[in-house]
Amino acid sequence: MSLTREEVEKVSLLGRLQLTSAELDLMTAQMGQIVAYVESLAELNTADVEPMAHALDVSNVFASDELRPSLERAAALANAPHHDREFYLVPAVLGE
Amino acid sequence: MTKPYTIIIGLEVHVQLLTRTKLFCRCSTKFGAPPNTQTCQVCIGMPGTLPVMNREAFKLALKTAVALNCEIADFTKWDRKQYYYPDLPKGYQISQYDLPFSHDGWLEIGDPKDRFERKKIGIIRAHLEEDAGKSMHDEVAGQADSRIDLNRAGTPLLEIVSQPDMRSALEAKAYLSELKLLLTYLGVSDCNMQEGSLRVDANINLHVDTPEGKVATPIVEVKNMNSFRAVERAMEYEAGRHYQVWQQTHQRLGDVPKQTRGWDDVANVTRGQRHKEESSDYRYFPDPDLVPVCVSEAQISEARKSLGELPAALRTRLENTHGIKPYDSDVLVSAGRGLVDYFVELAELSGDGKLASNWVQQDVMRTLNEQKIEIDQFRLQPTQLCELLKAIQDGQIDTGRAREVFIEMVASGKSAGEVMEAQGIEKVDESELVELCQELIAANPKIVADIRSGKQQAAGNLIGQAKKKNPNVNPGRLREIVLDLVGKM
Ligand SMILES: [Zn+2]
Repeated sequence: MSLTREEVEKVSLLGRLQLTSAELDLMTAQMGQIVAYVESLAELNTADVEPMAHALDVSNVFASDELRPSLERAAALANAPHHDREFYLVPAVLGE
Repeated sequence: MTKPYTIIIGLEVHVQLLTRTKLFCRCSTKFGAPPNTQTCQVCIGMPGTLPVMNREAFKLALKTAVALNCEIADFTKWDRKQYYYPDLPKGYQISQYDLPFSHDGWLEIGDPKDRFERKKIGIIRAHLEEDAGKSMHDEVAGQADSRIDLNRAGTPLLEIVSQPDMRSALEAKAYLSELKLLLTYLGVSDCNMQEGSLRVDANINLHVDTPEGKVATPIVEVKNMNSFRAVERAMEYEAGRHYQVWQQTHQRLGDVPKQTRGWDDVANVTRGQRHKEESSDYRYFPDPDLVPVCVSEAQISEARKSLGELPAALRTRLENTHGIKPYDSDVLVSAGRGLVDYFVELAELSGDGKLASNWVQQDVMRTLNEQKIEIDQFRLQPTQLCELLKAIQDGQIDTGRAREVFIEMVASGKSAGEVMEAQGIEKVDESELVELCQELIAANPKIVADIRSGKQQAAGNLIGQAKKKNPNVNPGRLREIVLDLVGKM
């Protein structure tokens, strides 16, 4: 099975990627190959194999509810393209 | 009164769980801190960081689900819900998709005023997820940018999704009140709506009666309701609006995509918002950074043992053991466990549940309101208040004067006996009362004639006169004696 151009267009929209027409063609082909490669797993008979939710056979890992220091605000904001020393600043979010 | 449609309402409630730290990191969840001072590499989504589940959050979530009569899954996992929004630093929210830790429960609601029948509201699922941050935009100030505070990002939320089982705005409000009360009794959330600890979204549509049977209208999701009263009003408004739209368009469920509307509390209307992305567009997949959780029977029964007495059972106990009405048990239980304990002690000491319930609901609760305090800060212990109740029961003092004594007891901290003595209140002998009544009857032939002609309320005049002569007389007993004597004439 391979991907259609429309599917790749939709995925790029959801991923907020702006692809040119040429890039869309390229991605449709490359992503189609990846999907087809993974698809080969379907050839295996897994009728008796219990589905896994995780690659590790580990469960119930918890941390106790004990406070630890947070980052200094200046450090937290340091990587932001824009901030006013208190808040992250982002292009206007209107509505809602 | 009957409308040509049935209202169908389902509610999604998000409650913040009372943990010290966030769901996947150990930053504080405390409300009101300066912006962006309670964040770390994990909750602001720095590459290479790993989330670890908060044990207490899972415990509180499990406790709540058990109290909501949910089935607990023996295996549960967390998934990534992908969407882009500036208050969601990772680009996805860690939530639960196809294997929530609990499902298929119920919560029973009733109305103390009997405006609807008691009923069980189904719970589709309750799942544990992380909160997003907060974005602020001041349009009035004409700001070019929105400001983002990520303190709240990663706070543990329990999402409780009901079945579309509510048939009126009143039932929706009752469900929310009962749910909030339950969560408060469980101690799993402070349910403070102003601080965002409890948020409600509603799904509503109509089943309209038509010649070809019931027809379902498109479902609308309503957001931005900031109080239970707002939910009630929004649901009333939406039901009316839906019917109007139906009459104009005859659109059925499935004809148009699900619409999201926001409630405007000032204008009293809902307004359309952006179309919600289809759930498949969230591209859920299992979060590889978190391992699954398995819950054993032992853990479930431990959670069940930790519940304590819940509101519904408590109401029934108060009604059965202390002989009070559902309306009264509802007021007492809604006022909180502390007040209930106070009432129970007072009822047991005085041996009169109704009297105790009246005093707690009226005088005690009013005092708490006036002084803006909780019951554990209230000056009078049940034993002290009981002394006053005993004086009423013995006919030593009437309710009106007892109220004055109560106010003085609260103000001065003196005992009922001390206050009554200081105010010269003492029990008037039965023989003295009879003598006084005979005197008054002899002196007021016109009033006596009125009473004899059937105007029993005329006795009030005699009681007024008696109280002037001796303020200690018990008006109730006096009335009985007057009516008795006049009856024998
Ligand atoms: Zn953090």
